[in-house]
Amino acid sequence: MSDVKCTSNVFHPNSAMDFLPVGQLRQLQLARYQAIVRRAYEKVELFRKRMEERSLKPEDIKSLDDVAKLPFTIKTDLRDTYPFDLFASEMSDIVRLHASSGTTGKPIVVAYTQQDVDVWASVMVRTFAACGLGKGDIIQNSYGYGLFTGGLGAHYGAEALGATVIPTSGGNTERQIMVLKDFNVTAICCTPSYFLHIIERAGEMGIDFKALPLKAGIFGAEPWTENMRVRIEEEGGIKAYDIYGLSEIIGPGVASACCAQEGLHIFEDHFYPEIIDPQTGDPQPDGTEGELVFTTLSKWAMPMIRYRTRDITRLMTEQCPCGRTVRRIARIGRRSDDMFIIRGVNVFPSQIEEALLAVEGTLPHYQIVLTRAKGLDNMEVQVEVTADLFSDKIGAMEGLQQKLGKSVEHIIGIRAKVSLVEPHTIARSEGKAKRLIDKREM
Amino acid sequence: MKLNQLSVFLENKPGRLSEPCKVLADAGVNILTISLADTEQFGILRLIVPDWQKAKNALEKAQCVVNVTEVVAVEVEDKPGGLQNVLQVMEQAQLNIEYMYAFTFRRENKAIIVFRFEDPDTAVKLLQQKALKILSSEEVCQRVEG
Amino acid sequence: MTTFAFENRIWEQDETLSREQLSKLQLERLKQTLEQVANVPFYKKVLAENKLSPDSIKSLDDLRRIPFTNKEDLRQHYPLGFMAVPREQISRIHGSSGTTGKPTFVAYTVGDRERWANLCARFLVAGGLRSNHLVHIAFGFGLFTGGFGLHFGVEKVGAGILPAAAGNTPRQIMLLQDLAAEVLICTPSYSLQIAEVARAQGIDPAQLPLKFGHFGGEPWTEDMRLEIERELGIMAFNNYGLSEVIGPGVSGECVARCGMHIQEDHFIVECINPDTLEPVQQGEQGELVFTSLTKEAMPVLRYRTRDIATLDYSPCPCGRTGVRMSRVVGRTDDMLIIRGVNVFPSQVEEALLRVEGTAPHYLIEVDRPGTLDEVKVHVEIRPQDFSDKMSQMQALRDRIDREIHSVTGIRMKVELVEPQSLERSFGKAQRVIDHRNDK
Repeated sequence: MSDVKCTSNVFHPNSAMDFLPVGQLRQLQLARYQAIVRRAYEKVELFRKRMEERSLKPEDIKSLDDVAKLPFTIKTDLRDTYPFDLFASEMSDIVRLHASSGTTGKPIVVAYTQQDVDVWASVMVRTFAACGLGKGDIIQNSYGYGLFTGGLGAHYGAEALGATVIPTSGGNTERQIMVLKDFNVTAICCTPSYFLHIIERAGEMGIDFKALPLKAGIFGAEPWTENMRVRIEEEGGIKAYDIYGLSEIIGPGVASACCAQEGLHIFEDHFYPEIIDPQTGDPQPDGTEGELVFTTLSKWAMPMIRYRTRDITRLMTEQCPCGRTVRRIARIGRRSDDMFIIRGVNVFPSQIEEALLAVEGTLPHYQIVLTRAKGLDNMEVQVEVTADLFSDKIGAMEGLQQKLGKSVEHIIGIRAKVSLVEPHTIARSEGKAKRLIDKREM
Repeated sequence: MKLNQLSVFLENKPGRLSEPCKVLADAGVNILTISLADTEQFGILRLIVPDWQKAKNALEKAQCVVNVTEVVAVEVEDKPGGLQNVLQVMEQAQLNIEYMYAFTFRRENKAIIVFRFEDPDTAVKLLQQKALKILSSEEVCQRVEG
Repeated sequence: MTTFAFENRIWEQDETLSREQLSKLQLERLKQTLEQVANVPFYKKVLAENKLSPDSIKSLDDLRRIPFTNKEDLRQHYPLGFMAVPREQISRIHGSSGTTGKPTFVAYTVGDRERWANLCARFLVAGGLRSNHLVHIAFGFGLFTGGFGLHFGVEKVGAGILPAAAGNTPRQIMLLQDLAAEVLICTPSYSLQIAEVARAQGIDPAQLPLKFGHFGGEPWTEDMRLEIERELGIMAFNNYGLSEVIGPGVSGECVARCGMHIQEDHFIVECINPDTLEPVQQGEQGELVFTSLTKEAMPVLRYRTRDIATLDYSPCPCGRTGVRMSRVVGRTDDMLIIRGVNVFPSQVEEALLRVEGTAPHYLIEVDRPGTLDEVKVHVEIRPQDFSDKMSQMQALRDRIDREIHSVTGIRMKVELVEPQSLERSFGKAQRVIDHRNDK
């Protein structure tokens, strides 16, 4: 893989920062780091309190090595400060809010000023440019639009790139394929597993996928493997690029693959990365695997200081054949918590529990089974039937199935199949059932 | 004059049906009548047995989910129109039937139809008024086991 | 009802041009549009056949020499035969339901997007929006123009946006409560759904922080407005648009709320008798016909909307001079609007055809039992479709359900009914019963 030539390397003016000499980049990062810590300290009570507990002042950050002294921010901090307490801007300066699911009922809300939205669009332009796209490309955006940052994030970037954007949003695979074909789409944005589903479905519809003008896929919002990339590229006749982002940091546009397709370049002038030991929290040297931590260097409405992503990866410092100087992260393989991603949506088992509890008031034994058929992720929630839940009427049992399904959908936002299973069929170890069985082949 | 029917939850998978049947056989319970309603994912087995409490205990011991429901067994002539007499009564009174199943026993040329009514008490009253033969548990037992 | 003080603010001075200035501008822009459409083979042919050129248009009356454009014309030039600029200049593509499985697609240049956002900003500001507000948008995004049009309009004004999109009403209510948006944007029926679900959760919808709302995407009535205002304790504004013309932003209400100001510096409106195709008398009901004046990517000439309304040219106290259209009171075709989505019965037929090879007898029943449209499709079972296994029958029902969703984009409740149970008159079945009209 290392001898890949970057023949498709297209230079876009927005990408200039990707190529900044490292010394200059570190200077810029330090200046921005100091400014954002000051802003967080002055505007956000949580950050100020935590810094005070450690007798830290913004001016104590004299070098990038000093950032290790700063406290981490974790996902539950967003829940505990819901909805507004991590905002550093007045509501009148905030032009956008997005939300993603938290570990329990209340979502996590993130905020953007106009400047933040502009930065977001610019890092997405850099993402598309790194993937060889530019003006003249026809980009079909099949990420879901709405509270999820994927849809609007990619949309703004593609428009700013000067491409033609078709905002198909998620779902309705046949229509997606019709649009791909009828508009000579050259690039698609979606989750990698959904793209596999599109290829499968197109095959069933008798469409020769490789004959389509589609040349690139901008895939993210869920973990995938090198094997899957190879399969997508072979079966789809396209280049499959991995992109990375999370709404707590900005949304998509935190890091992106380039023509070399080996690791994802972090847009380091806006997002400062660290790798830590997930157990001790100690910073790890470049190249060591550990948990990825980001500090937003320019996010005005909602700065994040040392946010723990729970994603496990390593920082790659070797020179990339594409010439970009910003560091890369290796493909994300796993997480340090029990969150799983299905069809691009983050789900915690605790949310499923909450949904089941909401229906009958008591928590039945349950198990979440994840499978992937024809590229499409399916979540089955198996619920053991108890005497309380059982009725001799088919209609009532189907009603129960539906109610449980709706409740799950309300909390996590996607449909799940609920199966009623006989009691004691879910395996238990030490009285505790294993909650998640992931049978997906990545 | 209502009967207790047992219903058992089953997943729609091969081999699921034999398990409760084996449990009952081992417990020496004779099944008088049985019906199975299926959906794509699960089924509901409905049983009438001579000693429902004994059967229920055995099934529950085997960790089955069991429900007891009141149903009404009506005896009709096993000839064209036999069922119609009962249905007419229900239709006139606008009483809803949730489900039903039937079985015949040749010896007396009679059929027994088991009904699950939305409102069994009213249904029993109406059927009795029309002089239709409603069977008790013992009577069903007698007819079937002879 | 509400303590929110509505002040009449005008976003752009062009909204108040005198009739004379407006006519002059319209004529000038109409000529430009005729030049622009010469790039569209369909219009090039139409203009040539009718010996029309930009120079032959001497007055606005000459507009009537141009033939009408119908949805069918767009369909025949699928996907983008009506584009008047090179493909590289297209920045965005949207779509709306077609009469069959293929949607009607429309295109925008960067300039079109800019003007569109501005047109939406105009009516949003006319209806109270200011830059310090937070707006909860519960419209679906995607190919549908509704969500995007309003989103970029709000952004233009500089207000905050929560792009909640459609669905998951309990979560919407939680966000409305917790984030305290002042403004709600969605279909009018969905706003009532929010109120109903809130009530069911023990929340008084009038106590939500909302102050006003902009509603569109489906026809509604004055009674519904009163209900929305009472239930949610807000002021409710109406707006109108269709994707073939631009999307939302064709017209919208001001604080006087006596009709929706058509943005006449961008669209010429006519109101015609759908049978004779002649203009109706002023104030009479007729079908609205629009000619776009500033669209680059996809201008339309005399586009027949099939929407029936009246026009009111009397002056409005707000100072805007654009003619006001009434609410849409009906359609001249069989299109249904279900939860803001346009649906043609022919689409349902196509879905059934896909599942079963030939379309069985069916009946579409539309109702609004509470606040939300519900559609039932009764499908007669034929011997070849029947199975004694309940699971197979359920699978058939699910397949029909999926196909209908795939073709129309909305979920309908499929009911399998006995053969010959749907009424037929003269061998031809009635395809649609709309109970919403009974109320």
